[in-house]
Amino acid sequence: MSAANIPASHGGGAPAVNSSPGIPGLDVDPFAIEFFEDPFPTHEALREAGPVVHLDKWNVYAVARYAEVYAVLNDPLTFCSSRGVGLSDFAKEKPWRPQSIILEADPPAHTRNRAVLSKVLSPAVMKQLRDGFAAAAEAKVDALLVRGSFDAVADLAEAYPMSVFPDAMGLKQEGRDHLLPYAGLVFNAFGPPNELRQSAIERSAPHQAYVAEQCQRENLAPGGFGACIHDRADAGDITAAEAPLLVRSLLSAGIDTTVNGIGAAIYCLARFPEEFSRLRRDPSLARNAFEEAVRFESPVQTFFRTTTREVEIGGCRIGEGEKVLMFLGAANRDPRRWSDPDRYDITRKTSGHVGFGGGVHMCVGQLVARLEGEVMLAALARKVAGIEITGPIKRRYNNTLRGLESLPVTFTPA
Amino acid sequence: MPIITFIRPDSRAERIEAESGESAMLAATKHGLDGIVAECGGNAMCATCHVYVDDQWIGRLAAMGDEEDALLDGTASQRQPNSRLSCQIKITPELDGLVLRLPERQI
Ligand code: HEM
Ligand code: FES
Repeated sequence: MSAANIPASHGGGAPAVNSSPGIPGLDVDPFAIEFFEDPFPTHEALREAGPVVHLDKWNVYAVARYAEVYAVLNDPLTFCSSRGVGLSDFAKEKPWRPQSIILEADPPAHTRNRAVLSKVLSPAVMKQLRDGFAAAAEAKVDALLVRGSFDAVADLAEAYPMSVFPDAMGLKQEGRDHLLPYAGLVFNAFGPPNELRQSAIERSAPHQAYVAEQCQRENLAPGGFGACIHDRADAGDITAAEAPLLVRSLLSAGIDTTVNGIGAAIYCLARFPEEFSRLRRDPSLARNAFEEAVRFESPVQTFFRTTTREVEIGGCRIGEGEKVLMFLGAANRDPRRWSDPDRYDITRKTSGHVGFGGGVHMCVGQLVARLEGEVMLAALARKVAGIEITGPIKRRYNNTLRGLESLPVTFTPA
Repeated sequence: MPIITFIRPDSRAERIEAESGESAMLAATKHGLDGIVAECGGNAMCATCHVYVDDQWIGRLAAMGDEEDALLDGTASQRQPNSRLSCQIKITPELDGLVLRLPERQI
């Protein structure tokens, strides 16, 4: 562990910060390239430093233990989302794009908008999608087996969601190549004003224009998620002006997340061949193997909240109007909650992990993510005998998402 | 502590001690009961904590909300008139002896 990770007490040489007494200040930047390369030692240092810590560099509080992350997620009125779930405080700074009416909203407004997306992405809807998603996964794996060697990020983790999700949304064919850059931008924008965020926003105009256009009713095929959202406006659940914003939420959060989720699962199965063997022996474990990959890698690493009042958490006082960063990835490996947390175990009881968040904002697209992950891993389990990493892996850097840029692999057929 | 009996599809029964205030789902998963998957951790989003409530008990549970009602249309095993989501059943001392049957499948 580097000296940078050791909690320092306040006052010393550090710049003046407004953390309360008893809350350790850490000189850690969880939005730096070195951190992205290997966040785990820092996660541990954050958990060990205390139930609440202060990140001096960005002047925010942070929680990295499961219990406190859970507590923050489950008290949305104290730890609000309407002032932004990134570092930027919407009470002080104009959001870079019009504020989300679900992710960046609080009850009761959130409740109403959320109900619409829950209906559009319900278990009953998933039943109708299942066969088509499964067939596409099988076809994808067959095609990759013919190739033998390929990049598991571009050719699988990206290619598969891109082959099913835009169609399920009802998007037109042209312009779909804007989707991943747009999502990369959205998730970078939750971070601090670092190079990743600034350069993403500078290059955002064409992607934003594409997405704004596709959110309009006339560009969404009947029967897709997008059209279903507009139908809820006809039914009076939301206004016609709100429908495009809810479509935008799915275009922002519905694709790069599953790319990194599926990428995480492939990377786990390639690194832990014993787990892949267990999956091959019992393909019905596919769904849990995906869920465990979401816990283990936490493709969505962090989100912020803002305090609406002075609050005590983990025995520490935090004032009103403070940003609090939740380390979902650190909570998902907290030894206080998980036995053998650094082990990828496809039979683990994963219920309760916070990879999809928790409480009222818990991922509304989780059933879509699980469906994609499950059918893909089930196809691998039946058709592939071995996954071998055959070249150097490259990490992709994003202020919120954790995943790879490149994962060269070879598949051996079963 | 209230006792809940879960009955598996093959009729094997398991008695579990629950704490008042927690959900039947949490009591089950804390004891490692297979057959309650609870993918969403009790946030009423996944319908993988489906149970059939014993006829003697169904009338004694608090009524279900619209959200639960809608989710039950998507359960993996057929919805029945006595279907509930166990994460939405809050255990109280009056529910001591509650009997819940597990469906064939949750996924
Ligand atoms: C493995 C894939 C995914 C992961 C890890 C993930 C993770 C998350 C997390 C952690 C949150 C909570 C945000 C918060 O508390 O502030 C969230 C919310 C959300 N997710 Fe996902 N997500 C995934 C896939 C999806 C998909 C496929 C969709 C759309 C179809 C989606 C749409 C959303 C939306 C709209 C929200 C906001 C919900 C709200 O604020 O009520 N996500 N997701
Ligand atoms: S645990 Fe997901 S609906 Fe009950």
